[in-house]
Amino acid sequence: MIFGAGILKGMLVTLRSFVNSYFKKPDQGGLFTVEYPEKRLVAKERFRNFPFLVYDEKPEDPRCVACDICAKECPPKCITIVRDADAEGRPLKKPALFDIDLSVCMNCGICEEACPFDAIFMDHEFEIAGTERHQSLLYHKEDLLKSNGYFRQIRPSDAALIDARRKEAEDKKKAALKPAAPPEKKE
Amino acid sequence: METLFIQIKTLLVNAAALVLPPWGVTLSSMIISALAILGLGPLIMMYLTLMERKVLARMQNRIGPNRAGPWGLLQPLADGIKMLTKEDIRPSAADPLLYFLAPILIAVPALMVFAVIPFGKGMTAADLNVGVLYFVALSSTTTLVIFMASWGSRNKYSVLGGMRSVSQMISYEVTLVISVVPILMAAGSLSTQTIVESQSGRWYAATPWGLLSCMIFFICGLAECNRSPFDLPEAESEIVAGYHTEYSGMRFALFYMAEFMNVFSICALTVTLFLGGWQGPLLPSWLWFLIKTYLLIFIVFWFRGTLPRLRADHLMGLAWKFLLPLAVMNIPAAAMSHFLSEPFSTAVPLAILMVSVAVLSFFNKGYAAEKRVYHFTD
Repeated sequence: MIFGAGILKGMLVTLRSFVNSYFKKPDQGGLFTVEYPEKRLVAKERFRNFPFLVYDEKPEDPRCVACDICAKECPPKCITIVRDADAEGRPLKKPALFDIDLSVCMNCGICEEACPFDAIFMDHEFEIAGTERHQSLLYHKEDLLKSNGYFRQIRPSDAALIDARRKEAEDKKKAALKPAAPPEKKE
Repeated sequence: METLFIQIKTLLVNAAALVLPPWGVTLSSMIISALAILGLGPLIMMYLTLMERKVLARMQNRIGPNRAGPWGLLQPLADGIKMLTKEDIRPSAADPLLYFLAPILIAVPALMVFAVIPFGKGMTAADLNVGVLYFVALSSTTTLVIFMASWGSRNKYSVLGGMRSVSQMISYEVTLVISVVPILMAAGSLSTQTIVESQSGRWYAATPWGLLSCMIFFICGLAECNRSPFDLPEAESEIVAGYHTEYSGMRFALFYMAEFMNVFSICALTVTLFLGGWQGPLLPSWLWFLIKTYLLIFIVFWFRGTLPRLRADHLMGLAWKFLLPLAVMNIPAAAMSHFLSEPFSTAVPLAILMVSVAVLSFFNKGYAAEKRVYHFTD
């Protein structure tokens, strides 16, 4: 072995990556950095972050029925729900108040798993930094409500499954409500 | 283009001659040169930091600074503002005078050596007839200041760094000086300007003894300005930051500045002594000088991106057991080439040097334990 051959070999390695960084594509040994604020990676469908609420037609009628299951299941207890009531004080099947403190939320996704009404899902939104510690991270119902269309857009395969299931359930319900229809006899 | 900077200076001096007496003109000529160097030093340092970060980043498959200005060109300014506005902390146990003086004094020799560097044809600020000696003498005072800083800050890591710096300097200074001797013999002068002019036919690095001398000089120069792989005095993984552990803000920036200016001056002197200085076809002389110098500086950064830090005993071994004997053998080799005629003037030095490299690498071979052979019972 020649004196210093190892050093020369090492020097060639660094020189190669120096030259490649200017002239090669990322998959051929060039730079693979994505410069974040200007460019960004395409979000994976299964990426999950903070929860949001889904509504079907209009934000006044969310899927949420204020059952409080998610608030009970939430490990860091970051969800606060107050049930709405009509003029006579009878409870309604929707929340008057739905707050999630994102500074407490630990992005576990248990709320999504626990919800029997397909009302709460994990979002792809992650740029929620604020200049203030408490109010800017405390998301209210208005901030959390997003349309089903948005959900279909960020998580198409999950949305398709859930939409199909909901449609099936609704059809069954309609069928059961129809008194005139003769009951189908099956053997 | 060739005489651009000389013309600017002549213009300024002529303007001064209109209002000043003769002694004032001489003085203003000196002041203009001094101011040019004082401005040049920090400017070079600022952009060397950017270049180092960029080059290192590219070698490590990163992009490097690119936020401040196009291609990060304003990054040095941003760093400067950060350094200036940082809190200036002095340890309560530190020696006030030494601690205060060291960062100022370290920048002085780093700037003073620029005076003898020939940046172009007729562009030496002070063409001393002992130029190389002046350079070697001044650049070695850096060690004293480094030890001042380390002793003054009353920190065990600082003192360790200072000790390492002194021991490293003693080893490499000797080799550095001896490696220049063949060039001085061939050029017959210590003046940097004369040395460059004597290389008009052939660069010294194009001869076998010159090439070896160049390599030894460059390696020792790296060790002198504490650059990787010889950065033991400021080894951040071992002794925090070595001699400048306790320094922050602008004081630290001065140490950093001195280090980068030393890198520049070592590379500039290597170019002057071995690579033909400002000599080159077509382009203006100062541009040739800068191109060659920045290529060498690139090599310095390239070393930094590639080589790990040497162990202290390997560092000493390399200087005393390999480079020093080789530099000494280089002197008779250079003398041979001077006194012999053409075919022998290259062949004989080459033979001498190859034999000495072979002998030295044989004797420097480290101990490697014999490979054990295990016998298993069947």
